Amino acid sequence: MPPRSKLGEIPRQEMPTRSAEERRKDFKEVPTGYTEEQALKEALRCLDCKVPHCMEGCPAKVKIPQFIGLVAEGKFLDAAKKIKETNALPAACGRVCPQETQCEERCVVGKKFEPVAIGKLEMFVADYERKHSEHEDLKVEKNGKRVCVIGAGPAGLACAGDLIKLGYDVTVLEALHTIGGVLMYGIPEFRLPKELVAHEVENLKRDGVKFKINEVAGISLDFGELRKEYDAVFLGTGAGLPVFLNVPGEHLCGVYSANEYLTRVNLMGAYKFPEVDTPVIRHKKVAVLGGGNVAMDACRTAVRLGAEKVYIVYRRTEKELPARLEEIHHAMEEGVEFRFLRAPLEIIGDENDNVVAIRTQVMELGEPDEDGRRKPIAVEGKIEDIEVDAVIIAIGTTPNPLIARKVPELKITKKGTYVIDEETGETSMDGVFAGGDAARGAATVILAIGDGKRAAYGIDKYLSEK
Amino acid sequence: MGYKIVEREQWSEKVFMMKVVAPDIAKHRKAGNFIIFRLNEVGERIPLTIADADTNDGTIMIVTQDVGYSTAKLMELQVGDEIMDVIGPLGQPTHIEKHDGIVLCVGGGVGIAPLHPIAQSHHNNGNKVVSILGARDKSLIIMEDMMKKISEETLICTDNGSYGEKGLVTDMIKRVYEKGEKISEVIAIGPAIMMKFVAKLTKEYNLPTTVSLNPIMIDGTGMCGCCRVLVGTETKFACVEGPEFDGHLVDFDLLMKRQAMYKKEEHECSLKLG
Repeated sequence: MPPRSKLGEIPRQEMPTRSAEERRKDFKEVPTGYTEEQALKEALRCLDCKVPHCMEGCPAKVKIPQFIGLVAEGKFLDAAKKIKETNALPAACGRVCPQETQCEERCVVGKKFEPVAIGKLEMFVADYERKHSEHEDLKVEKNGKRVCVIGAGPAGLACAGDLIKLGYDVTVLEALHTIGGVLMYGIPEFRLPKELVAHEVENLKRDGVKFKINEVAGISLDFGELRKEYDAVFLGTGAGLPVFLNVPGEHLCGVYSANEYLTRVNLMGAYKFPEVDTPVIRHKKVAVLGGGNVAMDACRTAVRLGAEKVYIVYRRTEKELPARLEEIHHAMEEGVEFRFLRAPLEIIGDENDNVVAIRTQVMELGEPDEDGRRKPIAVEGKIEDIEVDAVIIAIGTTPNPLIARKVPELKITKKGTYVIDEETGETSMDGVFAGGDAARGAATVILAIGDGKRAAYGIDKYLSEK
Repeated sequence: MGYKIVEREQWSEKVFMMKVVAPDIAKHRKAGNFIIFRLNEVGERIPLTIADADTNDGTIMIVTQDVGYSTAKLMELQVGDEIMDVIGPLGQPTHIEKHDGIVLCVGGGVGIAPLHPIAQSHHNNGNKVVSILGARDKSLIIMEDMMKKISEETLICTDNGSYGEKGLVTDMIKRVYEKGEKISEVIAIGPAIMMKFVAKLTKEYNLPTTVSLNPIMIDGTGMCGCCRVLVGTETKFACVEGPEFDGHLVDFDLLMKRQAMYKKEEHECSLKLG
């Protein structure tokens, strides 16, 4: 193995990125990926710590120093295998994880210099493998037991991926017409190309995972019957229900939930309309309400659909924005204007009920609350109107109640999330497990993957002891 | 692996019926439920009511009027062809209770198709159904025999008098009301404007009125809120909380404005039909 570099000797390798000017006009991916030379160089920055704190920050427990060691040796395909031992979706995670609050936040190099670019290396390795190798057939003895996974988002896919390796017969049910959940309908092409998700799903299919689309479990298939038909069930149904603001004007034409806007554009491909049949209106001035990743995805989508002005309206300041740093920077480079300390009061329409403006209350930050976050307080009498013709609401989502409503044995919290055992992911119902956003509320892809893995372990434990 | 069309009938120039193989949906559907279909790889998702179902051969029946690009494309399909995606049964089933008075079922044009399973369900549960079928002209009066089979009495009217009586469904409602027989519930399904005027009239008569709303939908499972409607002071997602609501509480003007949101794009899309 080549010797690791001295601390701070090599600067963090910058990811080559398409210029804001160019990328504003299309939906192609923004970063173009490390070159082999860059990956080799970046890998040398890892100190191969005896106690790798980075791994503690990774919900999928990727063997980070080991895979980076293999990258440093130029053994890119082995590095990919190493990651896939614990993470079935590295091409997605390398791109969409908020590494700055997970693995990279704990990187020792980052204490004094920039942390090792773990996410970028993961992305490089996954991309290299996709281009340079064929999927190896899974060799595992079947144990004859059947598990049903409901929901084909990151949690369900991770759970299915682990169970198939353990010899289970796995069937995944998905309500939409496409596999991938938020990876397909939520996260835009410019951040996560859909062919990468399709590729990872294809690999799961080759491993033997069966997929049934257009099945709304609990409706087109009876949940009680499913429970009887399978030895265990995993609920990875996500948190897909959009939260609205309950302010006047929310029903006007031109007001969307981010889920609707992004589903039209990503899942239905409406940015190619009329080449595809689903339309999306190309608005001129758009306000996006919220400060998370979904808000960033929505505002950058509006930019690409040709809007002249796009605003993020957020009630706190830049420091509190919950979105990934990289996406905030990308949005700023692409010309999105941030209106901090503004809370929406009302959406104003014209005589035809089309949006013409959003009325906002100017805020200031008060004392920190119990969570240590400074609470935004209205500055009395300071109201500001922002002229827009569309408003996209991205203030959060909650779990879909479709199944819980029909199955009273499934205990849920006040927030609508499934009550689960923290170690195994088992719900209040025998043999039924849950994870991802359905059990924790809207969170991240990697946490969903971690939950899916935990439930696979829980299901295996449950069925082996039975 | 699509959903096969096993029967197809053209009922008039633009109205057609299809029976599609979808056993899971046929088995679980109830009156009031609908499906979402997608024709092909580039297709959009469109809601359609399940007009009838047969659990023996696992088929559902859909009735459609060609009103734009996707319905025109659907109409081109023949027996043996497949629809790529069919999802359902979606929405809340119709609330059926035993009434001592008549259930007045009012259908406007292709709205008779979603009305049929509801009227049928009332009929099967021992309620006395009186039906009013109305349309612009004769070609749009559909499912007359199916409705007559489950109705005590059936009144038919057209705007131009080309079939049945000349007049609007509201004229027929007036007539039934004035005859004095107790009306326990009115169910009205058709264009939003028709439902609006029916609700206005029945409000005067103080008759409980159920309408089935038809806002724009995408997923149909409650994840986007595109189909949201204002019912009283509450926001409701028609796909999971409806599509049936109390007609006296629905904001029909708002519904109609939101239905027209994509007029320009719809036109652009229909240009592809040549």
